[in-house]
Amino acid sequence: MKQFNFHEAKNVKDAVKASSKKSAFLSGGQTLIPSMKLRLSSFDDVINVKNIKDLQGIKVSSKSVTIGAATTHAEVAASKDVKKAIPSLSHLAGMIGDAQVRNKGTLGGSIANNDPSACYPSACIALDATVHTSDRKIEASKFFKGMFETALKKDELVTAVEFKIPESSSYVKIPNPASRYAMVGVYVAKHKKDVICAVTGAQAVVYRCKEIEKELGNNFSSDSLNNLNLDYSEMNSDIHASAEYRASLVLSAAQKAVANCK
Amino acid sequence: MKLSLKVNGKKIEKEVDDNTLLVSFIRENLNLTGTHVGCDTSQCGSCVVHVNGKSVKSCAMFAVDANGSEVTTIEGLEKDGKLHPVQESFKKHHGLQCGYCTPGMVMSSIDLLKSHKNPTEEEIRKGLEGNICRCTGYQNIVASVKGAIGKV
Ligand SMILES: Cc1cc2nc3c(=O)[nH]c(=O)nc-3n(C[C@H](O)[C@H](O)[C@H](O)COP(=O)(O)OP(=O)(O)OC[C@H]3O[C@@H](n4cnc5c(N)ncnc54)[C@H](O)[C@@H]3O)c2cc1C
Ligand code: FES
Ligand code: FES
Repeated sequence: MKQFNFHEAKNVKDAVKASSKKSAFLSGGQTLIPSMKLRLSSFDDVINVKNIKDLQGIKVSSKSVTIGAATTHAEVAASKDVKKAIPSLSHLAGMIGDAQVRNKGTLGGSIANNDPSACYPSACIALDATVHTSDRKIEASKFFKGMFETALKKDELVTAVEFKIPESSSYVKIPNPASRYAMVGVYVAKHKKDVICAVTGAQAVVYRCKEIEKELGNNFSSDSLNNLNLDYSEMNSDIHASAEYRASLVLSAAQKAVANCK
Repeated sequence: MKLSLKVNGKKIEKEVDDNTLLVSFIRENLNLTGTHVGCDTSQCGSCVVHVNGKSVKSCAMFAVDANGSEVTTIEGLEKDGKLHPVQESFKKHHGLQCGYCTPGMVMSSIDLLKSHKNPTEEEIRKGLEGNICRCTGYQNIVASVKGAIGKV
């Protein structure tokens, strides 16, 4: 691996100040370090943000759950407050990767990375989340731009994500048996005003499946999806699953999610 | 950077390059070669150690990030010349063949048994998802973990 300088950021300002065109923020390191090891990326400076106080912790109000960017997947999965407010979010965190990945990997790192098969982006979309950064608040619907691409500027740090508490919700992931990333992941959330169905793993970036939302908006039941045939022209096709197969996985995962909604 | 941490209870201060992985530090600087490297993709778990009591993949962490921490490797488990109960159980239940994955399996199993006092077979298999074994077919590994329930 190429040489770099390691910085321990004390606070958000410190981290932003240290960043440059050739730097990277380090949080859990579960994506960044493997990619540096394989020389897919290299930096002059690596800025550790995981120990910044303002990036820690979970706050629950009557309307939302706000989780600090440096909170690990294991902490989210273990939180009684999250489990009570949004059980599907706690379930999602507990299914990411494996125990060791969950002990290090963080919410901020996951959404900043925006892997097309990552789990958290679907939660952000389905739970109509707001991403808090070092200089603004971004609606989730405007945050995830494309494959590994977000609305973040180079020196912008994710500080927290605020998830709206829905009436009921559920996340169903069909994991790739080797990597445990989502081959397809479907997050269904029933809000007071509407139903959101966010899909990850199936296309270049997380998206809302309008066809499913329309049916569920009329009749919130898995049976309402029985006769649906999803358009798969935009879906990923790889050695793990063809586009057509992915479309069928999305549909059956959505049906399961609706049936499991809590 | 000058690194100061505890490894297997011993205080260690050493100068390391910032880009040194924790696993390289453990193996190459400290000569503790029980911690293995089995992959390049953070998937095999043969490098699992405990940092402040939690199991992590030492191939996906920088040594400098462990500054001020307490690290335990497979070599740190025995007490007074006696194997740790989980090591003992792996021995008793033939939880290993070539042994390459074993240090990681044992470290992950200990963390699992700390957070789940009485895990079901399903919880054991889920808890060891991050550890790959090419030899045993996992059956005896699961039996080894079961055999150590209540002893951690
Ligand atoms: C074996 C394995 C299995 C996995 N399985 C899954 C899975 O099933 N589902 C899933 O969703 N993910 C999975 N992951 C990914 C895991 O969740 C990672 O933890 C996550 O993608 C990245 O988070 P991190 O905290 O490790 O970030 P890092 O690796 O530290 O950083 C990732 C990227 O985000 C940037 N970054 C980090 N923090 C911030 C911040 N606060 N603000 C702005 N930018 C930031 C970094 O500069 C870097 O570019 C898996 C990983 C592994 C190794
Ligand atoms: S060496 Fe394979 S996970 Fe660390
Ligand atoms: S015993 Fe050989 S890899 Fe597990």
